[in-house]
Amino acid sequence: MKDIYAWAAIGLVVLASTTGDVLLSYSMKRVGDVGELWKRRGVLAVVGRVLRTPTFTLGLMAMTIAFYSLLFGLSWGNLSLVVPASASLSFVANAVAARIFLHERVGRRRWIAALLVAGGVVLMAL
Amino acid sequence: MTFRKYLVLAGITIFGTAGDSLLARGMKELGNVNVSLHHLSALLLAILNPWVTTGILLLLAFFACYMSALSWADLTYVLPATSLGYVLVALIARFGFHEEISPTRWLGIALIAAGVGFVAAGPSVTPSRQRLDSREASRDALSQEVKL
Repeated sequence: MKDIYAWAAIGLVVLASTTGDVLLSYSMKRVGDVGELWKRRGVLAVVGRVLRTPTFTLGLMAMTIAFYSLLFGLSWGNLSLVVPASASLSFVANAVAARIFLHERVGRRRWIAALLVAGGVVLMAL
Repeated sequence: MTFRKYLVLAGITIFGTAGDSLLARGMKELGNVNVSLHHLSALLLAILNPWVTTGILLLLAFFACYMSALSWADLTYVLPATSLGYVLVALIARFGFHEEISPTRWLGIALIAAGVGFVAAGPSVTPSRQRLDSREASRDALSQEVKL
């Protein structure tokens, strides 16, 4: 029974952190190159512009949900299951989500990379 | 990709890893703090622990680097950089603290490094029609502001 809870928490972590990453990436693309903006307008303009982007706040909320789901997951499952499983599944989910929602061109190179990194993270935790 | 942009990516790896490690060390020092309403004060006091404070500051630096990188690079380009931290920790454990690293972990290190290399060798940002439009729109809005 605890296994089901642990996997439910892992699923929630993957879902929330992918949503968060996509929203944050989308917000920062709207803000534009932060380095250039800093040079032109100063650091306060950068901070103000980021905070005024509504999707940034939503992204932060999703990341908070992911963080607390991870904490709950850790109380139900083993550290050696929950952390690598959610981290490696997030890499793959992010590649899919970035392609669908951010229209990034996830070519063969990036697919292979996502799978290599996901596999590597699992092996590191064994 | 300029040298400064590679520095930001290095910042993601280093600040993220160092922040996580310091936070973990601080929380271990505090012992078992149960996350519940009764122990909320203990949880709030955890911030006063110097390891925890430094860890949080480093994680803020990590977040700033991460957001900066996402402003000029694809999500699928930046994300693998976050996993380089695992490799960094293992290498520090091996050569700094002379800990043994099992063959499976070496294989994991190789896979992550290969994955990061694969992405880094490609373009950092892939153009998409929609994104170019929105970028042009925001640039137009900016030039209008300047005119005003």
